[in-house]
Amino acid sequence: MVEIATADAPAKAASGGNILQVRNLEAWYGESHILHGINFDVNAGEVVTLLGRNGAGKTTTLKSIMGIIGKRTGSVKFNNQDIIRTTSDKIARMGIAFCPEERGIFSSLDVRENLLLPPVVRPGGLPLEQIFDLFPNLKERLNSQGTKLSGGEQQMLAIARILRTGANFLMLDEPTEGLAPVIIQQIGHTIARLKKEGFTILLVEQNFRFASTVADRYYVVEHGKIIDGFSNAELAANMDKLHTYLGV
Amino acid sequence: MQALYAQLLVGLINGSFYALLSLGLAVIFGMLNIINFAHGALYMMGAFVAYFLLNLGGINYWWALLFAPIIVGIFGMILERTMLQWLTGLDHLYGLLLTFGIALIVQGVFQNYFGSSGLPYAIPDQLKGGMNLGFMFLPVYRGWVVIFSLVVCIATWFLIEKTRLGAYLRAATENPTLVRAFGVNVPRMITLTYGLGVGLAALAGVLSAPINQVRPLMGADLIIVVFAVVVIGGMGSIMGSIITGFALGVIEGLTKYFYPEASNTVVFVLMVLVLLVKPTGLTGRAA
Repeated sequence: MVEIATADAPAKAASGGNILQVRNLEAWYGESHILHGINFDVNAGEVVTLLGRNGAGKTTTLKSIMGIIGKRTGSVKFNNQDIIRTTSDKIARMGIAFCPEERGIFSSLDVRENLLLPPVVRPGGLPLEQIFDLFPNLKERLNSQGTKLSGGEQQMLAIARILRTGANFLMLDEPTEGLAPVIIQQIGHTIARLKKEGFTILLVEQNFRFASTVADRYYVVEHGKIIDGFSNAELAANMDKLHTYLGV
Repeated sequence: MQALYAQLLVGLINGSFYALLSLGLAVIFGMLNIINFAHGALYMMGAFVAYFLLNLGGINYWWALLFAPIIVGIFGMILERTMLQWLTGLDHLYGLLLTFGIALIVQGVFQNYFGSSGLPYAIPDQLKGGMNLGFMFLPVYRGWVVIFSLVVCIATWFLIEKTRLGAYLRAATENPTLVRAFGVNVPRMITLTYGLGVGLAALAGVLSAPINQVRPLMGADLIIVVFAVVVIGGMGSIMGSIITGFALGVIEGLTKYFYPEASNTVVFVLMVLVLLVKPTGLTGRAA
């Protein structure tokens, strides 16, 4: 099947627009079996959100894709290449970047060092000026110790540092957790702008009101499986179901 | 007064070895989470490699300063690849016991061939003799050891605290999983870090060869004091281990002058005091 690239599909897209394909993904933390066969797709240029309750397996799904869960089976195809057995440093070099829930700002590094830490894996990353344009606070605090920043600034730093690397597939784990509404709004604008720049984003969120402002599609995770999926247009029709799934 | 300055100089020299060794231990502990008990044996190997280079290969002191750390560093990296890497994630005790065993094996092998007595290693011609500083007589070689060690320590500090490579190292010390997920080959970095720490020990061994002779147990005698230095300084800090190393050498030297009977125990007395008052060490971070 041949697809014709349209103007709004980024040039970086894989053939057929399908950039990530997860099939029957299972994962374990030590003895405990967390993921029981996850199936979903992400198309190039999309923002896809995984919704679900605490402990449903959303974070584990991201970590399994990134290759930082020891035991995982099934298939994860990134640009048609199976990465289920690939180590995380090689996965990163293929163009996947991960922003963990705990943000992972290094306390022994200053803000500048934190920002410049992830190596550039391919051309096409955002130049520093553009990153400071998105997050002006960071520019003023370049010499501060990484963990002296406020929670919101740390979140911005955690996102900012993976934009430089040229990775065009970003996985953001609960970027709004514990942040003030005005910061959440700023992160929402950032995600919208990144999407416009051609980034593909896989988002994990508990806050679906926030998710609904940025996402194209949703998958619902429960007990280590994807139990439902719908597009943003179908959100209103699925609201009741969603309330049951999320228990809100 | 002459005697005081002489003891101060001896203290500074011992301090140089303490600093180089505890610096290597701190770097290795930070990255590998291993208390490297083999450090003394690897220091001894550095001196022996210099001895072999000179007597078997005709390679002089200056080249030995370069090659001995590289050769012993490679030996260390082989140890890391074949043994230490399997201990990742286990309790400190496993690494300590394994490296203790390695130290005993390495020392035993050398003792088997060379006995316990010292082999001479001549001071290189360029560093022979001494200088009269007016207030004391300074043997050139000893002055060289202090200054060169200081330069190496500061260069290592700069590498770790001020360069991009050092930023990877510090970050991987905190969260190796995340650094690897950024695309950095962390296992390779760990191997190289062990090689660096071991190389520093071997360098100290080469520096000490002309002063203390080359003996299979030269490291075993030193390493106990060095561990006390590390405990006092705290494991977490690079600059801390350098300063503590030199400072304790000087304190030891002063004790030799003022109360010689205590000179062998003063470091351990300080260690006990520090452990009682501040268990993480003077500059260390809580584990």
